[in-house]
Amino acid sequence: MSMENSLPISHRQRLWLYALGGLVMLFLIAPSVIIVIMSFSASSLLQFPPREWSLRWYESYFGSLEWRDATIVSVKVAVMTAIVATLLGTAAAYAVNARTLRLTGAINALLTASLIIPVILIGIGTFFLYARVGLNNTLTGLVIAHTVQALPLVVLTVLSGLRSYDMNQEMVARSLGAGRFSAFFQVTMPQIRFSIVSGALFAFITSFDEVVVSLFISGGETTTLTRRMFNALRDQIDPTIAAISTCLIVLSIVLLSAAQLFGRGR
Amino acid sequence: MRSARLHDGAGATLNADALRADARRESFGLLALLSPGLLLVFAVIIVPIGWLFWLSLFDEAGQLSAANYARFFEQASYIKTFVTTFKVAFTVTGACIVLGYPLAYMLSQLPRRAAGVCLIFVILPFWTSVLVRTYAWLVILQRKGLVNTWLMDLGVIAQPLSLANNFAGVVIGMTHIMLPFLVLPLYASMKTIDVDCLRAGMNLGASPAATFRQIFLPLSLPGLASGVVIVFVLCLGFFVTPALMGGGKVIMWAMRMEQTTSLYSNWGAGAALGVVLLAVTLALLGLFQWLLGARATGVWSQR
Repeated sequence: MSMENSLPISHRQRLWLYALGGLVMLFLIAPSVIIVIMSFSASSLLQFPPREWSLRWYESYFGSLEWRDATIVSVKVAVMTAIVATLLGTAAAYAVNARTLRLTGAINALLTASLIIPVILIGIGTFFLYARVGLNNTLTGLVIAHTVQALPLVVLTVLSGLRSYDMNQEMVARSLGAGRFSAFFQVTMPQIRFSIVSGALFAFITSFDEVVVSLFISGGETTTLTRRMFNALRDQIDPTIAAISTCLIVLSIVLLSAAQLFGRGR
Repeated sequence: MRSARLHDGAGATLNADALRADARRESFGLLALLSPGLLLVFAVIIVPIGWLFWLSLFDEAGQLSAANYARFFEQASYIKTFVTTFKVAFTVTGACIVLGYPLAYMLSQLPRRAAGVCLIFVILPFWTSVLVRTYAWLVILQRKGLVNTWLMDLGVIAQPLSLANNFAGVVIGMTHIMLPFLVLPLYASMKTIDVDCLRAGMNLGASPAATFRQIFLPLSLPGLASGVVIVFVLCLGFFVTPALMGGGKVIMWAMRMEQTTSLYSNWGAGAALGVVLLAVTLALLGLFQWLLGARATGVWSQR
């Protein structure tokens, strides 16, 4: 019996709970595991476990110009989104944290609006707006749209970092003659840098995995990876997508571990 | 700070003025930090939605009318879309409660270390692309997919079951995607339940089942409610999985919006659908906040 949870119930009495929880965990993780394994299959039929192994689907992914272009577009957009969203989000979180402005409720609502508003509505609205200002099918348009969607995550992550930081330290620096910016960059930022990095990673992955808005506003030369995958899935089940999916899963694991690692340094 | 002579009245006023000017400068500085983000959200989200709302008020001839909204009650196909959407949303939310509550309960009872490891099983899918997970379920559930192949090889069934491209497929795929949105806030709220309360109950002679029912369950309900609200609201506007796994038979709200605007270029009708969807979403979130005084968006700050 563990110390922190000293209810007089033995693990044995709880076996049913562990079994049930284990099944749900299996339900959650099995699809990803199956896709990773199937991506190494030699057959174009869906067999599990695969009878023969090969890297042909990875060759087909990396060898295809279309898939490669789409991947490059997605990486470019995600990197730029991460940079812009982190800058704007950190600045906004700093201002919100100061709590001296009026209308804090309205400001928070506006900053986190894209989490609440149905994505399909954002997609249609953005497409409609971009059609008038000529931003459809452009990298700039994608970066702007993805930044709006990533902004709330950066704000929330950086805010949680600022909440566990004592703002008086910055006040001390300023009363000792440091300017606002140098006080922030020399005193505050080194202490909340882990939250800022985590926020940037979340912004990157939000942009990279974004589907719905990209379906509307990307196309032609700026077709994102997710848009191309969506269209491919509508037509037929191409095992190349299993290889791409595996790459995306690995990317998620890498970014999450990085965020976790940085989070621990806090 | 500025040298101030506090002993005379004039000095005090002077000082107060300087302080007020300083506070104003401070506010302007903060506003300047906020404004790029706020402007962007305003331009890309608020402006287009306002514009769409305006469009929805006019019929195809450009006359001010409620025709775009009236058709929701008149055309059977719209009514069917709403019924389907709510049916899917209720089923998925129910499935998430049934699967998510035991998992969150288990996580909350495990020692810290073990819980951390098990949480990976919730967080990793949460951060895996929706598209990847939908593809996985297509592979597993379709006609020549894994489940059917297995069952037929084992001789359990003679004909493949239709699991994908229908209601069942949409529900299974969406449950998988929504489950973490229920488990994470529920787990967080269960962690805050004081074990001493449970211990006291058992000390006083309650059985484990009675302790759970009378103490733990009621205390976990606010967390459950916030998970349920967020899952339900996300279901209403969900697009990717029904579009890929519905086989053209399960038309949900968001798909209808996409079809109306992209396929038929009927912006007024599509916008009206969007306005009602947003209104329903905000009403549900508002009701939740009013009833429980908590914000359902908390799930994002925990992940």
